[in-house]
Amino acid sequence: MEFIIQLLNGIQYGLLLFLLAAGLTLIFGIMGVLNLAHGSFYMLGAYLAYWLTLKTGSFGMAIPLGLAAIAIIGVILESTLFSRLYQRSHLDQVLLTFGLILIFEELRSVLFGDDVHGVTVPALLSGSIPLTQTLSYPVYRLFISGICLLIAGAMYLVIQKTRIGMMIRAGSTNREMVQSLGINLQLLYTLVFALGMALAAFAGMISAPVSSVFPGMGSHILIICFVVVVIGGIGSIKGALIAALMIGIADTLGQVLLPEFSGVAVYLLMAVVLLWRPQGLFKVA
Amino acid sequence: MAIHHPGFGSRRDLLKTAGCLTAGALLPSAFAHAQAGKLKIGLMLPYTGTYAALGNAITNGFKLAVTERGGKLGGRELEYFTVDDESDPSKAPENTNKLVQRDKVDVLIGTVHSGVALGMVKIARETGTLLIIPNAGAAAATGELCAPNIFRTSFSNWQTGYPMGKVVADRGLKNVVTITWKYAAGEESVGGFGEGLAKAGGKVVKELWVPFPQVEFQALLTQIASLKPDAVYTFFAGAGAVKFVKDYAAAGLKGKIPLFGSGFLTDGVLEAQGDAAQGLETTLHYGDGIDTPRNKAFRAAYSKAHNSEPDVYAVQGYDTGLLLASGMESVRGDASKKNELIAALEKARIDSPRGAWTLSKAHNPIQDIYLRKVVGKENKVVGIAHKALEDPARGCNMKKT
Repeated sequence: MEFIIQLLNGIQYGLLLFLLAAGLTLIFGIMGVLNLAHGSFYMLGAYLAYWLTLKTGSFGMAIPLGLAAIAIIGVILESTLFSRLYQRSHLDQVLLTFGLILIFEELRSVLFGDDVHGVTVPALLSGSIPLTQTLSYPVYRLFISGICLLIAGAMYLVIQKTRIGMMIRAGSTNREMVQSLGINLQLLYTLVFALGMALAAFAGMISAPVSSVFPGMGSHILIICFVVVVIGGIGSIKGALIAALMIGIADTLGQVLLPEFSGVAVYLLMAVVLLWRPQGLFKVA
Repeated sequence: MAIHHPGFGSRRDLLKTAGCLTAGALLPSAFAHAQAGKLKIGLMLPYTGTYAALGNAITNGFKLAVTERGGKLGGRELEYFTVDDESDPSKAPENTNKLVQRDKVDVLIGTVHSGVALGMVKIARETGTLLIIPNAGAAAATGELCAPNIFRTSFSNWQTGYPMGKVVADRGLKNVVTITWKYAAGEESVGGFGEGLAKAGGKVVKELWVPFPQVEFQALLTQIASLKPDAVYTFFAGAGAVKFVKDYAAAGLKGKIPLFGSGFLTDGVLEAQGDAAQGLETTLHYGDGIDTPRNKAFRAAYSKAHNSEPDVYAVQGYDTGLLLASGMESVRGDASKKNELIAALEKARIDSPRGAWTLSKAHNPIQDIYLRKVVGKENKVVGIAHKALEDPARGCNMKKT
C-alpha cells in the first residue's frame, strides 16, 4: 500500500514538473532561445496569484486575471527584447536572460517585499481523501495532476494535429523555407513565446497554494526544469512529459529507498539517460 | 600677500604635507590618533535575497540600542561600514576582508547564514578582529572554532532543539521521528533534540532527511504516516517551514501525530501558514507575550523607531548592541585595549528583552529557552522549556580556562 501511494506521489510531482518544463522546452526547442528567466516567469505567476487573490478575494478569479497580465507582459518582452535574440549566440541569450532574472528578483523585492506568503487553497478543493488510517491525500494535489494531464493532452493535439502546430514545427526546422512560403514567422514566434511564458506562469499560479510564495522561488526550479528538458530531448513535448514523470518517480522513490543519496538520484538518472541517448529521449530533428 | 591654499601654498608646504602623510602611513599610531573620533562598526549582513528581512531586523535592533545611548558607545560616536553578504558563503572571505583590511573596522558584526558566518569566523581567528555573531547558530562558531575574540548573542542550533526532547518525552511521547534538511543547522537541531529526548527516556525511531533546500515533502510524509510514531520533531525555516506545516496538515497528519519543532518553524511565517500552524508547539529563546517591563519597553521603542513589530532577530541585533555597549563602556571607548575589552564582554550580564543572559566560557549565551504555542498570529510563550541552558560547546578549548 505504501509503495502505491509513493508511486502516486512520484507521478503527481512529475506532472507538476512537466508543467514547469513544457514552456522551457517550447521556447528553447522551437525558437532556439536559451531562456534562463524561465524561473522568473514561474515566480511572477505565483506572486500574481498571491496578490490577485488578496485583492479579488478569489483564487478562481486570480488565475484568468493573472494570465491576462502575463500575456501582456509576454508580448512586450518578446517584441522589445527576445525578438532581437533569435539570430544571436547562446552566450548573448544567457547574458540577457540572466539580467532579466536579476531585474525580476529586484522588482519582486520592491513590489512585494521579502516575506514568505501563503495562498489559501480554494474551499471547493480544500478537502482530502483518506487513504490509510493516518494518511489522507489532499484533493488540490489531485486537481493539479488533472490540470497538468489536460494541458499535456491539449499541447500534443495543438502541435501535432493543427495547422498552427504544423507551422510551429516547420519553423523550428527550417526558418527560411517557412518564411518563403509566406508564413509570418515573427507572429508565430511571438505566439510561441507568449505560450511558453504563460505555461511557466500558470505553473507558478496553480502551485502557489501548495508551495507558498517566496523570494528566489524561480531559481529553485530552474535547474530541475533544465534536467527535464535535457532528458526529454530539447523541444519535445512528449519527451518532457516522460522525462518529468521519470524524474518525479526517481526522486520520490530515491527519498524513500536511498535516503542518503536522494539528492543525487535525479542527476544519476540524467547521466544514465545521456550515456545511452546523448540527444535525450525524443530529440526533435 | 599671495593667497595661500591651506597646506599647498608653496612647494615647501607641499613637501611638508607629503612628509606628514608618509610619516602617518609609517606610524600607525599617528594615523590612529587622527581617527580616534569614531568607532568603526562593520555590519556584514544579508540585505538582499531570502534573508534580507532578517538582516534589516538585526540592523534596526542594533541601531536602536545605540540610539538609546545617545548614539555613542563608551563615549565614542559610531561610523558604520555596511556590506551585503548575500547569504553567499563563497563571497564571505572577500566581503569580510573588505571590512577588516580596507575599512579597518574595530568590530565586525555578522551574520545570518551559518556558512557565511563560519567564513567570518575564519578571518576573525586569523586577524584577531572582534566578531559578534547576531544570528547564525552553527555549533562550530562557539565550539571547535571558538576563540577569545569571537562572541555570539543569539543561540546555537543545539540550544533550540535540546529542550524540546524533554518536553515531548514528559508527555509520554517516546517514539519520535525527526525530519529536517540535510545541512548543518538541521543536523545540529535534530541532534540536540535527540539528546534531550534520550535523556528523558524517549527514542528517535527514524531520522528523515530532505536535501537542502528542496521543499518536496510528500514522499517522507507518506513514510511518517506508515511509521505511525508518537510524535514528529522538525527543523525547517522560511519558505520550507511554510510548505512543511501546510503539507503536514494537508496530508491529514495534524491532529493524529503531534508535530513539534524548533521555533524557526513558526517564526515570521505564521501569516503564510494560516490555519495549518494553529496549536503548534516550538522552543526558542524568544516569543510573543513575554510579560516583563523590559520586553514591553523594548517593543514599544522598537515599533516607534522602525514602524514595525520587532521579532527574535531584532532582539538579537539589539542584544548585540547591548553587549558591545557594556564592553565599550568599561574600556571607556578605547577599542585598542583588546584584552580588557574581551574580559569585559565575557563578564557582561545582558538585560535583554528575552530575559537576562550571560555568556558561557565558549562565548555563547546561557539563556532560558521558552516553550511557545501558536495562537492566532502569535507564538505565545506558555512556559520555560529549560532554564539557563548552556550549549555543550563540544571541541572548544576555552572551556577549561
